[in-house]
Amino acid sequence: MTNDIAGIKKADVILIIGSDTSAAHPVIAARIKQAVREGKSRLIVIDPKKIVMADYAEIYASQRPGSDVAVMNCMMQEILRNGWEDKEYIENRLEGFDEFKAEIMQDKYSPENVEILSGIKAETLRAIAKLFGQAKVASLFYAMGITQHTTGRDNVWTTANLQMICGNLGVDGGGVNPLRGQSNVQGACDMGGLPNVYPGYQAVTVAANQEKFEKAWNCKLDNKVGITITEMIDGAYDGTVKAMYVMGENPFLSDPDQTHVIAAFEKVDFMVVQDMFITETAEYADVILPAAAYAEKCGHFTNTERRVQRINKIIDPPEGVKTDWEIIQLIANAMGSDWNYQCAEDICKEINALTPSYGGITWERVGRYGLQWPCPNEEHPGTPYLHKGKFARGKGLLSPIAFKEPDELPDEEYPLILTTGRVLQQFHTGTMSRKTQGLNNLAGPMVMISVEDAESMGISNSEVVMIATRRGEITAPAFVTKRQRKGVIYIPFHYKESPANRLTNPAIDPIAKIPEYKVCAAKVKKTK
Amino acid sequence: MIVYLNGKAYEAFPGEQVLQVALRNNVYIPHLCFHEKTGKAAKCRACVVEIEGMPGLKTSCNVPVTNEMRVTTNSQQVLEAQRLVIDLILSSGQHDCLSCEQNGNCELQDAAYYLGIKKPSFQLYDNDYTIDDSSEFISVDRSRCINCGRCIVGCNQTVVNEVLNWGNRGFDTKIVFDTDLPMGSSTCVQCGECVQLCPVGCIIDKRSIGSGRTWELDKVETICPYCGVGCRLEVHVDRKHDKIVRITGVEDAPTNNGMLCVKGRYGFDFVQSSERITTPLIKENGKFREAGWEEAIGLVASKFNAIKKEFGSDSIVGLASAKVTNEENFVFQKLLRKEVGTNNVDHCARL
Amino acid sequence: MKFYRSHILIGIDDASLAAGVKEIEALLRNELQKNNLSDEINILETGTLGHFGTGVSMLVYPEQVTYVNLKKEDIFEIVEEHFLKGRPLQRLILDRSLTQNYDFNYKRRIVLSNSGVIDPENIDEYLGAGGYEAWEKALTTMKPNELVDEVKASGLKGRGGAGFPAGLKWSFTAPIVADQKYVVVNADEGEPGTFKDRLIMEGDPHKLLEGVMLCAYAIGASKAYIYIRGEYKLCIHRLEIAIAAAREYGILGNNIFGSGFDLDIFIKVGAGAYVCGEETALIESMEGNRGTPRSKPPFPGVAGAWQKPTVVNNVETLANIPAIIKNGAKWFAAHGVDGSTGTKVYTIMGDVNLPGLCEVDMGTSLRTIIQQYAGGMIEGRTFKAALVGGAAGVFLNDTLLDVHMDYNSLREYAAVLGSGAILVMSDTVDMVDMLWSVLRFFRHESCGKCNPCSKGTALLFKLIDGIRKGKGKDSDLEQLIKVSNGMQKTSFCALGQSPCMPIASAINNFRQDFLTRINVK
Repeated sequence: MTNDIAGIKKADVILIIGSDTSAAHPVIAARIKQAVREGKSRLIVIDPKKIVMADYAEIYASQRPGSDVAVMNCMMQEILRNGWEDKEYIENRLEGFDEFKAEIMQDKYSPENVEILSGIKAETLRAIAKLFGQAKVASLFYAMGITQHTTGRDNVWTTANLQMICGNLGVDGGGVNPLRGQSNVQGACDMGGLPNVYPGYQAVTVAANQEKFEKAWNCKLDNKVGITITEMIDGAYDGTVKAMYVMGENPFLSDPDQTHVIAAFEKVDFMVVQDMFITETAEYADVILPAAAYAEKCGHFTNTERRVQRINKIIDPPEGVKTDWEIIQLIANAMGSDWNYQCAEDICKEINALTPSYGGITWERVGRYGLQWPCPNEEHPGTPYLHKGKFARGKGLLSPIAFKEPDELPDEEYPLILTTGRVLQQFHTGTMSRKTQGLNNLAGPMVMISVEDAESMGISNSEVVMIATRRGEITAPAFVTKRQRKGVIYIPFHYKESPANRLTNPAIDPIAKIPEYKVCAAKVKKTK
Repeated sequence: MIVYLNGKAYEAFPGEQVLQVALRNNVYIPHLCFHEKTGKAAKCRACVVEIEGMPGLKTSCNVPVTNEMRVTTNSQQVLEAQRLVIDLILSSGQHDCLSCEQNGNCELQDAAYYLGIKKPSFQLYDNDYTIDDSSEFISVDRSRCINCGRCIVGCNQTVVNEVLNWGNRGFDTKIVFDTDLPMGSSTCVQCGECVQLCPVGCIIDKRSIGSGRTWELDKVETICPYCGVGCRLEVHVDRKHDKIVRITGVEDAPTNNGMLCVKGRYGFDFVQSSERITTPLIKENGKFREAGWEEAIGLVASKFNAIKKEFGSDSIVGLASAKVTNEENFVFQKLLRKEVGTNNVDHCARL
Repeated sequence: MKFYRSHILIGIDDASLAAGVKEIEALLRNELQKNNLSDEINILETGTLGHFGTGVSMLVYPEQVTYVNLKKEDIFEIVEEHFLKGRPLQRLILDRSLTQNYDFNYKRRIVLSNSGVIDPENIDEYLGAGGYEAWEKALTTMKPNELVDEVKASGLKGRGGAGFPAGLKWSFTAPIVADQKYVVVNADEGEPGTFKDRLIMEGDPHKLLEGVMLCAYAIGASKAYIYIRGEYKLCIHRLEIAIAAAREYGILGNNIFGSGFDLDIFIKVGAGAYVCGEETALIESMEGNRGTPRSKPPFPGVAGAWQKPTVVNNVETLANIPAIIKNGAKWFAAHGVDGSTGTKVYTIMGDVNLPGLCEVDMGTSLRTIIQQYAGGMIEGRTFKAALVGGAAGVFLNDTLLDVHMDYNSLREYAAVLGSGAILVMSDTVDMVDMLWSVLRFFRHESCGKCNPCSKGTALLFKLIDGIRKGKGKDSDLEQLIKVSNGMQKTSFCALGQSPCMPIASAINNFRQDFLTRINVK
């Protein structure tokens, strides 16, 4: 999030696009609902499925999955046509406006044309643009509904374009606010758990960064960008990847095209899984290392608003279990190195020294409320919202983004669009949430089908149906609901017994390398 | 500004209510419906005091302080009125503390203790009641309800789930879910905000019933391990049995203000699950066998070294984790980059 | 204009409708036509004729005789005897010696001046009776603050029960600058035994509307709501007709009389909860919420309906306004006594000969009201007690029969004027039963918002129920007084604060009744 949670109530208008907020981020959803209830903010929800947040929205629109760029470009065309953009902001803080405008003003993004593309009525598109464009401060929230597309990067840039032309970036209460889906996904990124950057998003390809880390760690480092998770699976499959070290992840359920993933696991020479449980992935490991749970260690999580917060040790780990950093240090030293961290605090010091944005977020300073990065030094109070006054790169760059269709569209054989996501009561691949029986009692596998589609196929509620794509097939009970859009089915991906990712398309965004979980062609069949 | 409570001067701030000043300064006034988050309601009427210049008694939760205000919280008249209010409440429900989950953590108990009420003077309720146990994680015993309304305000104004509301009138007033459905059949999402706000033992965590008195439990703050909002929570631990008993939200946390969701509040079984692995496992002939740490680490390190030597650093890949700490992710990528010599580090940020 | 030799006023109200007045009226018209009298005798529908328990009644001019308890078969006789032969049918005539109540030439009527005289469904009759003159005078010649001052000077106090000076109430809201202000009419009339507002609205809806208009102009409100209980079907019907007519005549709407002032009046129907007579609970209910009182401050005058400045006034209060503005504060203050100016409408029920409605000057004694306006006690019964002011009132005994019914005089006896309900009880009534009934009412009507009231009213009822069933103890009486006094100190709103009044007065004035029940098992 460029902005903070406290800023939610400072927005006049809030746009949620591609986030089932009350299911995946319930507490942020509560904050947004509070803002609406208290009359502070007006809410627009754009989502294929009529999510709970739509019930609180002034305008709700259901777009065809994958049409987000067209919808937002249309909004921007309307905004520019009516002069609702922030002209001063565009003049002073942005560049690339002319090329951008040339793309946006094309006839293909007119409300009437986008109605054909997205299924949202032209008048609704106009109303959304008007409400959003005329807001003094508007914020935009998204989650994987925006990113998990072959056009994920385009979608993200388009949200940024929208917020830039409206002058909503670098403003309290505004911002582009991706909601991070896991407790420390932000921290894992911040800490260089990415193939292209060192901690603090310092590019591995920049010589100065390489030198800095080489000096600090007293070693030689590689300056070429590594491979991403989907490429790792492909590498294992085609033999270029020989060893995999998986810490606290479960690609068996979380990666697209499960059949392909299994084949890759079977092929890879040596696989180490470090986890609390024998996960579905761990079944394929050569070595499993038992790791401590969050409650058994201390350290920091960084949340979606970049707030670094302390986690405290509550109980001892079971005998024989070690914390992740202890295990990693053991491996490093067994490989011939000489690491000597005594506690997590020692590592924290190194983070402070090598990560500029974490420079001031020391063990002593974090306190009960945490600190929001960037926080370069110990005098810095932290940064509730980014891009105040100027952008990191100086001027904000508007890029013309053309609408592209998803990789796989429905056809005669696979007439439906399958999209995946989460439900409130379960989490990710279920390694944690599914250990609580009560949560399982509340939410099991299902496929959400629109009333129209269910009626035309003669499917009734709770009836077990088969869902198939070009990658495979699964069975799940049908959940027939008016909230689902005709022609679209939705399957949560938490369940190994009905693994949605056996069905999903592994096609990825060429730059962001994110798989297209939100759109693929599927069909539903009765099982009896 | 200055406010006099029972003749003694205390500092007060504009916008504060009399009750808030008193509580901040450890001057106890019985109160049941007031909560910092749900605000003043002036419903329970237990917090009545005398204020110089105002006729009769005033509920201290909804009188804003003014400079030089003189408040009496302990006169005969005040205590008698407070006693009647608490006595009426005690007389109208099943307020026995013996096996009540909230014993020792009950605002009604505190008030009765302070006022020296040993037993209710009247009996206004009949024993004919049922506990609503239909919900997965929450139990509702309306015979202990004191109609403070905090749960209703919390459900409608804090988490805005809009499930709880009032039903019936007068003496028969009760909290209801949707159209007076059993909680488990209602649209409740079991976020537990009502549990957290309940001052008595009416709405309680079902899963922690009987698993420890509040004063026996150790409470440690940490961050929720589920989604990325980073809700601050308090874990209640029974040290004698080394067991996590309950999780509550931290009220003054900037991220969540005490709110949690059903996973964060109730989904903690995984930590102490019997399915946890407690020893390294090595696969031999397609089957896992238990191994010592030294053996397992030795195997991993030697394999990494050998593969690195034979196929190059880039033939090794590592998946960091969105569920472990910054410190651990830091050393993980350090291991890959420094010891293995590759930038092949990623995690499931995209998935 | 057509001249008739005789006019028949038929009282149409909820009670007479229930007694079949419409059928009888149709029959009467039919009979008159048959006898070729239609051109000579005019039938007018009007509001209540002021009596209760008299079924279908009609008043015939110029003879000024009132026929009561009419049945269908009576009509033939009346037409025959009275209208053809000119001999009023003594058998069915109300005994005038009992009461002066229906003396419609009574000059001192303010609120009820038109009731039972004009057709409430015809705006022209109201106009013909001088209606809307005050409204026109105000809009064309007066500034809003002059209205406030006039009402202040009149000394008019709220007639809903609390007796708060109306002008003062208006003066809090009038100067506030707000994008929207409201006038809300409290027509919830929930006090047991009170039905004056219903009869005012049934008999003369335009008078209320004119009062609302004047209030709206005085405080600067462009919208007004009449919050009326759902049971008052006829009131709602007649108010709807009246509002539509006023809109049609340009008396309501935009730029009324070219003054630039806009006003519209809407009806909100309530579900008849006693607590919704409390102004903040009324507002909550009107907004669509549960009818429970709000915490004050802020008072509705500052933040009322939808958090906008709002004046809430009772029907009778507002019905006094047109006369005040038309005739001046001095004229109004000449009615009544010092500190309690004007008149008061009472509803008298119980063991009297003519239960019903009357409007008398403030300060008239209870004895006078009973004797002169209610026809005295039923023969053979002696006065024992009067419950004045409804359930939230006090039980007076015979030592207080000569107390003057005004705010100050009653206060001396810890009594209140309340809503103007007078329930007269003879020696056949046991005060335990009376108090039981009152406390059952409170238990039933407690809204449940605050503890002392919801639980206290239940306890009070339990105690009196025990006494009534012969299971009481002497200490129960002290307990009733103690608990109700505690409730008076701690309850959220007037509902829980009120039971102490009937309880203390019943026990203190009629202790023997209670002791008898307790001690005679």
